[in-house]
Amino acid sequence: MMDPRLNVINKRFQNVKKIIAVSGGKGGIGKSQTAASLALCLAKHNYRTGLLDLDFCGPSTHVILGVEGIYPEEEKGIVPPKFNGISFMSITYYTGNNPSPLRGSEISNAIIEILAITRWEDLDFLIIDMPPGTGDPVLDVIRLIKRVEFLLVTTPSRVAQEVLKRELKVLNELGITVIGILENMKTKKGSQVASELLNLGVPFLGSIDFDYDLEDALGSPAKLLQTDFAAQLDQIISQKCL
Amino acid sequence: MHEWALAEAVVETVLKEAGKENLKEIVRVKVMVGELQQIELDVFNFAMENILQQGGGALSMEKISLEVDKCVLRCKVCGEDWYYSDSLQDLSEEDSEAIHFVPEVAHVYVRCPRCGSPDFEITSGRGVWIDYIEGEK
Repeated sequence: MMDPRLNVINKRFQNVKKIIAVSGGKGGIGKSQTAASLALCLAKHNYRTGLLDLDFCGPSTHVILGVEGIYPEEEKGIVPPKFNGISFMSITYYTGNNPSPLRGSEISNAIIEILAITRWEDLDFLIIDMPPGTGDPVLDVIRLIKRVEFLLVTTPSRVAQEVLKRELKVLNELGITVIGILENMKTKKGSQVASELLNLGVPFLGSIDFDYDLEDALGSPAKLLQTDFAAQLDQIISQKCL
Repeated sequence: MHEWALAEAVVETVLKEAGKENLKEIVRVKVMVGELQQIELDVFNFAMENILQQGGGALSMEKISLEVDKCVLRCKVCGEDWYYSDSLQDLSEEDSEAIHFVPEVAHVYVRCPRCGSPDFEITSGRGVWIDYIEGEK
């Protein structure tokens, strides 16, 4: 018995130059905010950008960006619609606002389905918003998307950093490229993350201060781009990633 | 025409596997189509035919047989087994179409008829897969 979908997945990314999975292990550290804002910043710099939300049990990039009223087109597969210049793909097109209570193997199957049927147009960057944890979705993305690179997010919390180290070990063991680590929600001077992660052999990209006004910008790409969060992220990626 | 993407996957997989096994001739291919995905067989066949015309090598339509696999669901909470076709009457066209694109979305819209749980297993009839490829070396 053969699963034919596995043979077309890499072909679906043949027109995508760089694929970045935004991950970090722990929940609540700002992965989705980083992924969505990163996509917005890249699109602002006129890069052809896609955003794929693979957090099937807790999708949120559509809320962050304010995506509503668009739906993929069917053209020899499904073509993600554009939102604010970003080709946007999410399971929410099919689940609506309903919860999706999926077990691990079903998440895997749904990821394979989405990757096999989604036809990305020519892109400079595809940003993938990863769910928390180092379970099926991370392993599937590594297994199925051969050129994927990881951008890891953490916070000054030792709890988040300990989880990040575990994910980093898995990525290192599997030989996956890690672009670097981003410290989010910084509240004190200096960077605890930079010193803590010094010995891990992964570039420290920079820190983003805790942005108390970020919540007010949710749902509006224009407002999101004006936040301190986006400004700091933009500066970091412009210096270290582009 | 989302069926096209799946038809393309089937054709590419058969040709790849036949190449791996050094098959000079592909005699018969059996493709199973899970009922849950509600693939339109006419559209699926049309897509495969077109893809094969563009370069099917040793594979042609008459060698491919399709069989629909009845979808059975099993509740993980109370153990109830039921047919997806029995749940269809409770689904709207939009719900059913969403399941067509991503079959796991069934967990959003379908509930166990006995206990009402969304925690069920798709024991058969999920998607599209290749049951076997027969050929000569």
